[in-house]
Amino acid sequence: MTTAPDAPGTAARPPLLDAHLVAARGAFHLDVALRVRAGEVVALLGPNGAGKTTALRALAGLHPLAAGHLTLGGVDLDRPDRRAWTPPERRPVGVVFQDYLLFPHLSARDNVAFGPRRRGAGRRAARALADAWLARVGLAGHAGRRPRQLSGGQAQRVALARALAVDPTLLLLDEPLAALDARTRLDTRAELHRHLDAHPGATVLVTHDPLDALTLADRLVVVEGGRVVQEGDAADVTARPRTDYVARLVGLNLHRGHADGRRVQVGGLTLTAADAVAGAAFVAFPPAAVALHPAPLDGAAGNVWPATVAGVGRHGDNLRVQLDGPLPAAADLSPAAAARLRPTPGRRVWAAVEAADVRAYPVGATRGR
Amino acid sequence: MVRPQPPTPRRRVPGRRVPVALFVPAGLGLLFLVLPLVGLLARAPWATLPQRLAAPGVLAALRLSLLTATVATAVCVVLGVPLAWLLSRVEFPGRRLVRALVTVPLVLPPVVGGVALLLVFGRRGLLGGWLDATFGVTLPFTTAGVVLAEAFVAMPFLVIAMEGALRGADTRYEEAAATLGAGRWTTFTHVTLPLVAPGVAAGAVLCWARALGEFGATITFAGNFPGRTQTMPLAVYLALETDLEAAIVLSLVLLTVSVAILAGLRERWTAAP
Repeated sequence: MTTAPDAPGTAARPPLLDAHLVAARGAFHLDVALRVRAGEVVALLGPNGAGKTTALRALAGLHPLAAGHLTLGGVDLDRPDRRAWTPPERRPVGVVFQDYLLFPHLSARDNVAFGPRRRGAGRRAARALADAWLARVGLAGHAGRRPRQLSGGQAQRVALARALAVDPTLLLLDEPLAALDARTRLDTRAELHRHLDAHPGATVLVTHDPLDALTLADRLVVVEGGRVVQEGDAADVTARPRTDYVARLVGLNLHRGHADGRRVQVGGLTLTAADAVAGAAFVAFPPAAVALHPAPLDGAAGNVWPATVAGVGRHGDNLRVQLDGPLPAAADLSPAAAARLRPTPGRRVWAAVEAADVRAYPVGATRGR
Repeated sequence: MVRPQPPTPRRRVPGRRVPVALFVPAGLGLLFLVLPLVGLLARAPWATLPQRLAAPGVLAALRLSLLTATVATAVCVVLGVPLAWLLSRVEFPGRRLVRALVTVPLVLPPVVGGVALLLVFGRRGLLGGWLDATFGVTLPFTTAGVVLAEAFVAMPFLVIAMEGALRGADTRYEEAAATLGAGRWTTFTHVTLPLVAPGVAAGAVLCWARALGEFGATITFAGNFPGRTQTMPLAVYLALETDLEAAIVLSLVLLTVSVAILAGLRERWTAAP
């Protein structure tokens, strides 16, 4: 086992969850290392089919580990090398499933009481506990309802109460807000944040929605093709994306080049960046920082390159222009600027971006900071 | 103020006509199933019905039929539900073979089934001799034998219906139960079984109906002793040899009682939330 190259200052505290998940699902291979401290919320973020749900199922014991290890609170749950696995029913883990999977034949109260009952609580104690949890998620008056009598948001809260009622060391949430409509999602997200904040154990959240990940999680682990491609806090991941997927999520233009100080060679161009780096480097700049001009600027010292308009779409109040050329990029134009430039597909333009808006950072390790 | 008019409901949704190619064979099929019943009703001796119903043996045969079919169904549920669970949830070598074996009583002529039961549970059968010597239990030509014969023939109906229900049930509910601390047995009793309850009910009804109509295996294995092993189908068969009208009356009684019970159960289950 390697020592945790965690964020400095916290490396001394051992993580509550220490897992190296290696699993196969058909031709798909998952190989993800995950460390989560007590009270920390980690989001597994990635496109569909990246292996997030397989990782979650492996943590819950629903998908067997082929190799690696899973240690929770100092207890080895899975050690495939010793042929030792813990069945899901004997793990201190609570799961909120994507479509909640509330038992349709049980009331909300009995759904929440199900876990405590199975873990040894008496019928009355379990029901009292369930009522207390339902009250905590704001559903005190709905205890007697069947799942199909609940709205999506209410069902989500019952599912959360059911997972938390077993007092799990590790709380797992699979796309907890994906099944909700936009309005409900907003309210539920805020409420979920409150409950995750109060949860003393480790929390792993699986999502493909960057907004969920950024608002709910303390740390993001980006998974693509069964591997961790980037890891860090929200500020780091959003400022320094390392893959096209992350760059698209956070809305940045991302290119990979070779840096020598603040000069970065990218696609035959030399850009001047705000940061000094040496060697293989990423450069990232927001579309809003890209200005478009009909002709080359006289005596412009900044980053200027010729481009062709490939497509135009709306982006909030602005227009987002997709540019082809030596440095494919997206540029945001205000309506006034668009009226002056008339960016129709095929039009030749000149793109410019200030050096201060171009961030450069080394390719190096996937871990942030 | 002008209120928007609600759309007037139409009697028939346009473009939703039943195709003739489906309607005609469906009607013929129904006719084919119903005509024999009409024949029974047409030839029934309505005038002498009360006397014939009061004839000795009719009530006894009816009571025996209902009793044995119900007990046989109970036996099938107790043994068949776990078997269906095993077939649908546990991977084991030879599962396909086991599934094929379960359906054997479906294709076996019931008379052959009765003979096979005799070869196993008869006094000189594989198990019968031992059962007799050890427990003093004799199955052939007893009421218990009737139950055994009916259960043998009817069990596949329950297992097949139940396995279908189990396969159709979302196993992720069972996973959710496991993450909440439920072992496999608790998951089965608290989650799986309630979820497939309609399937169990449907299978049990099918099983009961098959057991009620059982004839071949029963007469071969349990014989035809009035009050002890003579069920309604056997009584009908016996009556046919001497008195057609009596056979018709017995058939009508069996038909009326079973249809009433099945309809009653159906009502209850479809009305349940």
